[in-house]
Amino acid sequence: MANDTLNPRSWLYPTPRGLYCEPGDFYVDPAVAVPRAVITHGHGDHARPGHRAALATPETLAIMRARFEDMPNTTQQPLAYGETVRLGEVDVRLAPAGHILGSAQAVLAFKGQRIVVSGDFKRRPDPTCPPFEPVPCDVFITEATFALPVFHHPSDAGEIGKLLRSLATFPERTHLVGVYALGKCQRVIKLLRAAGYDKRIWLHGALLPLCKLYQDHGIDLGDVAPASDAILETFKGAIVLCPPSAMADRWSRRFADPVAALCSGWMGVRARARQRGAELPLVISDHADWAELTQTLKDVGAPKVWVTHGREEALVHYARSIGIDAEALHLAGREEEGA
Amino acid sequence: MQAFAQLLDSLSFESARNAKLRLIETYLRAAPDPDRGWALAALTGGLEFPAAKPAQLRGFGQEKIGEELFALSYDYVGDLAETLALIWETDPASGPPPSLGEVVETLQRATKTQTPAILKRWLDALDSTGRWALLKLLTGALRVGVSVRLAKQAAANIGHQPVDAVEEIWHGLSPPYRPLFDWLLSDGPRPQTNAGGAFLPPMLANPIDRAELDTLDPAHFRAEWKWDGIRVQVAASGGVKRLYSRAGEDVSNAFPDIVEAIDFDGVFDGELLVRREEAVAPFNDLQQRLNRKSVTPKMLKEHPAHVRLYDVLQLGDEDLRGLPFDERRARLEAWMAATPRARFDLSPLVSFRDWPHLAELREAMKSDGIEGLMLKRGDSSYLAGRPKGPWFKWKRDPMLADCVLMYAQRGHGKRSSFYSDFTFGCWRPARSETVEGKRELAPVGKAYFGFTDEELRWLDKWVRDHTTDRFGPVREVTQELVLEIAFDGIARSSRHKSGLALRFPRIHRIRRDKPAAEADTVDTLLQLLP
Repeated sequence: MANDTLNPRSWLYPTPRGLYCEPGDFYVDPAVAVPRAVITHGHGDHARPGHRAALATPETLAIMRARFEDMPNTTQQPLAYGETVRLGEVDVRLAPAGHILGSAQAVLAFKGQRIVVSGDFKRRPDPTCPPFEPVPCDVFITEATFALPVFHHPSDAGEIGKLLRSLATFPERTHLVGVYALGKCQRVIKLLRAAGYDKRIWLHGALLPLCKLYQDHGIDLGDVAPASDAILETFKGAIVLCPPSAMADRWSRRFADPVAALCSGWMGVRARARQRGAELPLVISDHADWAELTQTLKDVGAPKVWVTHGREEALVHYARSIGIDAEALHLAGREEEGA
Repeated sequence: MQAFAQLLDSLSFESARNAKLRLIETYLRAAPDPDRGWALAALTGGLEFPAAKPAQLRGFGQEKIGEELFALSYDYVGDLAETLALIWETDPASGPPPSLGEVVETLQRATKTQTPAILKRWLDALDSTGRWALLKLLTGALRVGVSVRLAKQAAANIGHQPVDAVEEIWHGLSPPYRPLFDWLLSDGPRPQTNAGGAFLPPMLANPIDRAELDTLDPAHFRAEWKWDGIRVQVAASGGVKRLYSRAGEDVSNAFPDIVEAIDFDGVFDGELLVRREEAVAPFNDLQQRLNRKSVTPKMLKEHPAHVRLYDVLQLGDEDLRGLPFDERRARLEAWMAATPRARFDLSPLVSFRDWPHLAELREAMKSDGIEGLMLKRGDSSYLAGRPKGPWFKWKRDPMLADCVLMYAQRGHGKRSSFYSDFTFGCWRPARSETVEGKRELAPVGKAYFGFTDEELRWLDKWVRDHTTDRFGPVREVTQELVLEIAFDGIARSSRHKSGLALRFPRIHRIRRDKPAAEADTVDTLLQLLP
């Protein structure tokens, strides 16, 4: 597989429009509309509208259609996990990333050299998507959202336990849980179900379309219903899921004395949790923590690692300390999102 | 330890008093002895571990992940104990996590050289919340927003007792408080209050205004000045001498000058003041002496403390609380007259004919050391708590200033979706040279009450519609809304940008009619300084 004479930066490199693969003439998760894009997953800073052609897993394409008004002007090329397709001179395969439904790593092979663009990923089990597959490669491009040794996400079950304990302590208060509409929402519902919570879970209107999409993909969310359909009395002691922005919004005033829970990897740091106004911070993240990131570098065994979006400095420092040729890769259009 | 850690964690994010109570009560009911007793001691500030040094923590962290990664981590988190709690990984092979009882009892016995190894073993065994709580316990700064009084209230609640019943026996108890929990939760006898220097729950007054006074008969009431100090209780018996705050906190260590001067047995109510050459010093001077575990000789000399007595609850072993105020007052005056004492004096009665006369006296009194008047029924016996009817406080009218709204922050609990904490400022000449001759606003205070629910909704909408910038939960707004701020006092402060601090500021009126340019200046406020 290895090709020592070929400089990987000669065929895959950052441009203002995004990460560009020259011999394949496509961009991976570009920041703007391009002629041909390979999309790792459906979150807004990776999947954008307006590409002339988009290649992604069938699930990711379904998410993009749901978010971008069906994308009638984009030629869609579904590629299931494990299948390979040739774009120009490059073989492209999608491997599970374990991040959200449909999330994939882009495995790119050119002249015997293999680069893996991991997109966003995590290593712990997620009932809404297949687990991350470590793919041996020459260059591994890793995210670094939580790349500091202070990020050790606790067990999901333990965090859900906190929510259920709070419900037991405050049985008359509505528990308003802030979750991102894509991925976090459905995972939290599945985690609640796994913990034995079988009551109806109420949803803010903005969460409905993607929950429907997950259900259509065979993910059973149990009894869920729009929060707007119920009278206020119903919400005493109920769990209501909403986008984090709605918690600060006038919308949340309908609930009497709510407990503001927020699910995010950032909740592990107290100052961040306070800043976001969380009363019940739950560390539930769809991104790898420090242990998962460092373990993944060992698992894929790449001699070169490019580190992108997040706290690159610490992960580059660590990778070099174990003999990996690591550097930061600055990509356009990546924001710190709701992790 | 894990259950206690979860309690501290929940408390640190909860701001509502009732919710905090519920959390503590739930913990105290479920936790075994002696853990819950140690927890109560920790919450009431009764635990210290002199052999454990927080300075070791940085070294622990660097050893674990190297200097570079530790520096990056600490820089991101901003709190040493929390950084260490987060970077340390739980080692499942290290055995079960310690109980709170084991932590406290071990640390109390351990020497300085033994402590690091013990700590590392516990850090391995605990999860990150457990580590955080352990380190907070060690450093003695829990900072979870629980007052001593609130913790005692929670303890009282689990046994369906009034908090004063717990207060009365509290100072005869010591951690881990097993007899207390036996009494509260399992039919044990009420612990006895035979310890010396016990705190007696104080009697408190209700606020009143001029109009309400007309419904009362002035002949039934005695008046005293309401001093601008701190209400304290001086308690001495059986060789134990103590000074307590109104909430029952033992503040003796901060005021050795008072404690040394106690040469009697009895329990007295009075006002703690700093007094220099017969004059009461500003409240700020007293604040210098508060919240200190020990005081320097310089502090004692420059800020001499004094107690102005206004009631006697116990004299020798005689409990006087059942007597009417007039009789207690006579006993107090006779006792003071018998032996004058340098650190104690008597708060005089203010004689008056009728309410209009008293109102005149209140108007005429311009001293900064006086907050208003206390009115006490002559026939009132001393009742713990805040009974309605016998005692009133008639405060001086507040000072007022027109300020401009600068920032708003979202509130907590029921107000978490409202911008309800308001920072306001007054004008001063611009400091920046580029805007010569212009004025800028300097923040002078923050208020989060004083408005009606309807006004809050209006303010919230105004803030949302006039936001110019956001910093986390804070919004900066256009400088055009004038708020009339009421406050009880003003002092110089080096901690505030404007150089002054308002006492007890609240929003008095929203002045939609007033242009921001006509709001007050910092200079105008400075002229109000005593």
